[in-house]
Amino acid sequence: MYPENFRYTKEHEWVRVDGDTATMGITLHAQKELGDIVYVDLPKTGTAVEQGKTIGSVESVKAVSDIYSPVSGEVTAINETLATAPEKLNEDPHGEAWLVKIRLGAPEEIDSLLSAADYLSYIGE
Amino acid sequence: MSEIAGEPLKQTPLNAIHRALGAKMVDFGGWDMPVHYSGIIDEHNTVRNAVGIFDVSHMGEIEIRGPEALALIDFLTPNAASKLKDGQAQYSALLYEHGGFVDDILVHKVSAHHYFLCVNASNQDKDYAHIREHNTFQAEVEFASARYALLAVQGPHAPSVVRKLADVDLTPVRYYHFVDGSVGGVPARIARTGYTGELGFELYVAAEEAVRVWNAVLDAGAEFGIKPAGLGARNTLRLEAAMALYGHEITASLTPLEAGLERIVKFEKGNFLGRKALLEQHERGVHRLLTGFEMTGRGIGRDGYEIMIGGAPAGWVTSGGPSPTLGRNIGMCYLPVAHTRPGENIQVMIRNQPVEAVTRPMPFYKRAN
Repeated sequence: MYPENFRYTKEHEWVRVDGDTATMGITLHAQKELGDIVYVDLPKTGTAVEQGKTIGSVESVKAVSDIYSPVSGEVTAINETLATAPEKLNEDPHGEAWLVKIRLGAPEEIDSLLSAADYLSYIGE
Repeated sequence: MSEIAGEPLKQTPLNAIHRALGAKMVDFGGWDMPVHYSGIIDEHNTVRNAVGIFDVSHMGEIEIRGPEALALIDFLTPNAASKLKDGQAQYSALLYEHGGFVDDILVHKVSAHHYFLCVNASNQDKDYAHIREHNTFQAEVEFASARYALLAVQGPHAPSVVRKLADVDLTPVRYYHFVDGSVGGVPARIARTGYTGELGFELYVAAEEAVRVWNAVLDAGAEFGIKPAGLGARNTLRLEAAMALYGHEITASLTPLEAGLERIVKFEKGNFLGRKALLEQHERGVHRLLTGFEMTGRGIGRDGYEIMIGGAPAGWVTSGGPSPTLGRNIGMCYLPVAHTRPGENIQVMIRNQPVEAVTRPMPFYKRAN
């Protein structure tokens, strides 16, 4: 359920690195905690982001939650389909419903993130 | 994603059941309550189209007895409690002398010398203290919350489900009326009330019988597609029906006249706590009024967000969110009276950005017939 090749944050984001680019999203656990997701607010392409800083928000029926960037760098792509189909975040949060792609500004930051095993034990699963 | 830490919370008699059903539990005013099971939207639609069951045992119950019971209630509430017949319920309030809300409540007349109040969970201690403080009438006031569990069975099939289990004929029980009988063999006060805008019953049963009644209702409702529903769906359902929630549409600093609840204020009945302040406000005219709105721009106006009109602060959102039934983002807000006609353009400040919205009539949803 939590791919081994992803890294995770304690704020419940995941990251997958391909070369100099990281793809990030929210975890299966996060979408379960949030419930029905109805709105996703993402940064614009080209935005400079910093590890641990807010880059957008996810809204469920009940509440708004901030999304924090797991790495520093520059946003190179956002998942446009979530604007019209936010429910995909409930259906496939680790795949089709990725949030943004970030060109890594400090690749060494990846080492500070949790492994799948560490994340699983962090969420108690 | 941000994390919220938990603290030791109060539990209803159905807590273990909610956990076994895999509910997502939240701290709701100090109570460990289910916010959703299958998902808020699914539960919401189940209540609109079939039937759902809610555990609302966190709600408070206060019994008022004795020859002076009516005199006490009539003084403490703005609605005409004296008009109630045995077996009838009334939406009302407890008010401060300045006209603001202590709480909104349901008054049930059991008999001439016995009234039964259902009050909000987070206000029950305050309500009890308020009633006692003004009980110069020598009525007997009992804080009975611990004795009761409350299950709400709501939705178009709710009457069919409850009828299967009840030992009394529910056909003559009209909206805002109740009957004492039994449900699934358990003594119950069966009230045709609810907080969803649908047909339904609220079942007051002994706390120790809650599990039995819950299971009986789920079994009886299986053929109608019943599902457990949590506080999340309860909130979206009541928002569409434009029913007030304490702490949002009504607070100690807002009056029934501002909240659009003139119908529960009966000046002609004589003196009651808050009457003088409300009468002054009525004669002067209210400045702000609870109003419906719908987002026309992209975004959801949520509780507490500021509202701007023409670039100037004008009011605030009291409750807001997506309406699963309408597929639009709706809400309630306080606005200056001059801007409360449906069709006014307003802006909701969402994370420091003004987003377009338009005022709308309430309720947003009304069930057919």
